[in-house]
Amino acid sequence: MNPARSPQTLDDTITGGIGESPLRPDGVLKVRGEFAYSSDLWHEDMLWGATLRSPHPHALITGIDTSAALAVPGVHAVLTHEDVPGENVYGLKYQDTPALAADRVRYQGEPVAILAADHPEIARQALKEIEVGYEVLEPITDPERAAHDHTLPHLHPDGNLVRYQRIVRGDPDAEAEVVVSGVYEIGMQDQAFLGPESGLAVPAEDGGVDLYLATQWLHVDQRQTAKALGLPLEKVRLTLSGVGGAFGGREDLSMQIHSCLLALRTGKPVKMVYNREESFFGHVHRHPAKMYYEHGATKDGDLVYVRARLYFDGGAYASKTPVVVGNGTTLSVGPYDVPNARIEGWGVYSNNPTCGAMRGLGAVQPTYAYESQMDKLAAALGMDPAELRIRNAMSEGSANVTGQVIDFPAPVAELVQRVRDMPLPPEHRTSPVDIRNLPGGTSNTTHGEGVVRGIGYGVTIKNISYAEGLDDYSTARVRLEVLGGEAVAMVHTAAAEVGQGLVTVQQQIARTELGVPRVTVHPADTSVGDAGSSSASRQTYVTGGAVRNACRAVAERVFARAAGRLGRSPEGMALSGGKIVASDGEVLAALADILGEDAIEETREYHHRPTHPLDPETGQGDAHVQYGFSAHRAVVDVDTELGLVKVVQLDCAQDVGKAMNPDAVVAQIQGGSAQGLGLAVMEEIQVRDGKVRNPSFTDYLIPTVLDMPPMRIDVLERADPHAPYGVRGVGEPPTISATPAIANAIRAATGLELPRVPIRPEHLTGT
Amino acid sequence: MRVNVTVNGEDRQADHVWEGESLLYLLRERLGLPGSKNACEQGECGSCTVYLDGVPACACLVAAGQAEGREVRTVEGLADGEALDPVQESFVECGAVQCGFCTPGLLVAAHDLIERTSEPGDAEIREALAGNLCRCTGYEKILDAVRLAAARKAEVAK
Ligand code: FES
Ligand code: FES
Repeated sequence: MNPARSPQTLDDTITGGIGESPLRPDGVLKVRGEFAYSSDLWHEDMLWGATLRSPHPHALITGIDTSAALAVPGVHAVLTHEDVPGENVYGLKYQDTPALAADRVRYQGEPVAILAADHPEIARQALKEIEVGYEVLEPITDPERAAHDHTLPHLHPDGNLVRYQRIVRGDPDAEAEVVVSGVYEIGMQDQAFLGPESGLAVPAEDGGVDLYLATQWLHVDQRQTAKALGLPLEKVRLTLSGVGGAFGGREDLSMQIHSCLLALRTGKPVKMVYNREESFFGHVHRHPAKMYYEHGATKDGDLVYVRARLYFDGGAYASKTPVVVGNGTTLSVGPYDVPNARIEGWGVYSNNPTCGAMRGLGAVQPTYAYESQMDKLAAALGMDPAELRIRNAMSEGSANVTGQVIDFPAPVAELVQRVRDMPLPPEHRTSPVDIRNLPGGTSNTTHGEGVVRGIGYGVTIKNISYAEGLDDYSTARVRLEVLGGEAVAMVHTAAAEVGQGLVTVQQQIARTELGVPRVTVHPADTSVGDAGSSSASRQTYVTGGAVRNACRAVAERVFARAAGRLGRSPEGMALSGGKIVASDGEVLAALADILGEDAIEETREYHHRPTHPLDPETGQGDAHVQYGFSAHRAVVDVDTELGLVKVVQLDCAQDVGKAMNPDAVVAQIQGGSAQGLGLAVMEEIQVRDGKVRNPSFTDYLIPTVLDMPPMRIDVLERADPHAPYGVRGVGEPPTISATPAIANAIRAATGLELPRVPIRPEHLTGT
Repeated sequence: MRVNVTVNGEDRQADHVWEGESLLYLLRERLGLPGSKNACEQGECGSCTVYLDGVPACACLVAAGQAEGREVRTVEGLADGEALDPVQESFVECGAVQCGFCTPGLLVAAHDLIERTSEPGDAEIREALAGNLCRCTGYEKILDAVRLAAARKAEVAK
């Protein structure tokens, strides 16, 4: 039984190799409403799962009574931590998160009990019948205090510090002629993917379970789930269903263990779907941060030093906090040459919502701070902000703050020049005013009076792939066979298509490497080797590399077979247009003839070049594989009386190494920029005393089509010699540099300090 | 209760419908039409937009019982058999679909706009789609798709 539909039918005719822009193979199913997302799965006789969550950010659990809930007609099982057969703990980096809370809860929304019922409403109602005794405790909510105040109660056995990292470069106490400093804060952003957490767990005859779900990394889910279920890996099989966006929010487990526990207990398929409110509690968010920065420069504008102290609030559990501290500190000075630095980063536990991965992981926060500082420095020097950035831009051969030499193109100065030189929008004062384009829009709040315009820049550097010594790899299986008289390739990986277009790129690579027009992508599942996560902008690079390697292994076997049949050396053979051709272009044989009845299948991995841990004392080391760079220029109009902002134009230049699918690259830049805009002016999970105040799309605002301005996009292709096809990860940089560009533009318009994003109306009007 | 409703031109019936159920639940879980999506169940995201008696509505805000005897058209009813509607075609062609979760609702909203307005300007398109959230695309390619669909439709009308 496979309740997930195939992402593609074999009849689709799609062409296009790498560097072209073929259409998505799943596009037609998606526009027909036939693409099966994880929330669409259905099974005869299935039950609906639901989760009881803690109302308190911090409390001891004194007792749980499930008997009344179990007595509700239609309820089939009610489970607590006592029903977890394996280890009741999981985690991406540290094993610190209970599948179901046992003796205490550490954040509001922490899962305490789960149940399964015939109808989702019965399930929801029955949750109210579960009685949990709590002894409410004072929550720890100030991350800076959590880092330094050892008298606070320990949320975890080792205290409240998740990771501390220090980076020292050159003379950490260097002095400079011009000094600027500032304290910056960033609110808690949410991934707000549209497809809610959901999946269907189906108990299997072998005592195992098959889970169909939306995730970013099947194998890491499999490992954590199997451990909690007390089952061997091969009995916990995962298949990817349609994923409605991810952006990092699906890296941690949500309903995986819970749905499997319920399915195994009831012996029936169990579907779990979070509603939007639950989704806000059910996944980790972007780390809010407080950052103290000081920049020193010569009076000509050369950076002399950067000193920074960065605090990241990880919330109740570690999740990706160690990586956020690693990325945050190593990327803390931005894409600039800085000879001297002293950087310190703390990631802490608190009773705020758990924070983990989100697009731009660990780089979003410092970029907002250092780009704010760059403008402040430009003002202090009387320099043009773009000029200051260009002057200090790192380039190929630069050493970064961890001493790593950049041995691949780094066209930072050029990216800034390119956005600076793009045409500006017309001044609204000189053209007829359409109020729909003013701050406030159709609300008719202004006709242009009180509106000021500003221009700002944001530039960023983001590491690609997993770092600090992790062996980060992917696996691909490629099969070449004759179907209907034609050679067809099938690519099978466990890599998650979350909307970014990986399925298209996998096909493009196989078409290019194998010279066959018809390529299908097998649904991603755990019956093939690990592909790693669809995050860190790494899949085109790493899974792309694995698909390429597997295709080349297949091709080699084809050539060997052809050589045997044709009685000539395989030397110089190539695949093109479904034929085997010699180096001079001569057609040697049809691929279908050589293959005959015998399919050729090969599985290969791709490991990127090794990275190294940071020295714990000095923070020096070659921690990252590759970097992505992008620059934005924002133009904003601000109604200074009402504090309303309209982003008029948002332009971006980005280096992608090689645009595997140019249209999809542009689409990633547009989508990423929208999330950066959201963080600049509207998106924040508002937390007070550890409690979330706006867990809905009514109160957590994400940009609409009215908020997104037109964008000009300039894509550079400076191949990275170390990466497959020269690619450079694309997905994250545009999210990161958009936010400071907009914040800087609003500052330029208003002259206000604005040390916090999102910038809200009250920050602009001082009310 | 029992609910009778015409969906995509077919008379359909559902039994044992609980009063609190939404039209969205009825469509997705009882009538086997999961095309309309549930992303907020609060009328905020537009992912569940369907035509109700020819007028776009958020199916999550309509009680299943309210649909009694009425006509619903969902994303599954936009295509004419195998042939995609021009607005579906242009969404595919323009790369307006990434994860695609917002797509069904956007298609219905865009379809309605183009039905009502022969040559919508940019501001009109933005206004018409303002109730539909998309988290992936940044909307630019969605705008391209609506412009293309409108232009094609205008071409055919000429
Ligand atoms: S699900 Fe109906 S508007 Fe969001
Ligand atoms: S394409 Fe993912 S939400 Fe719009």
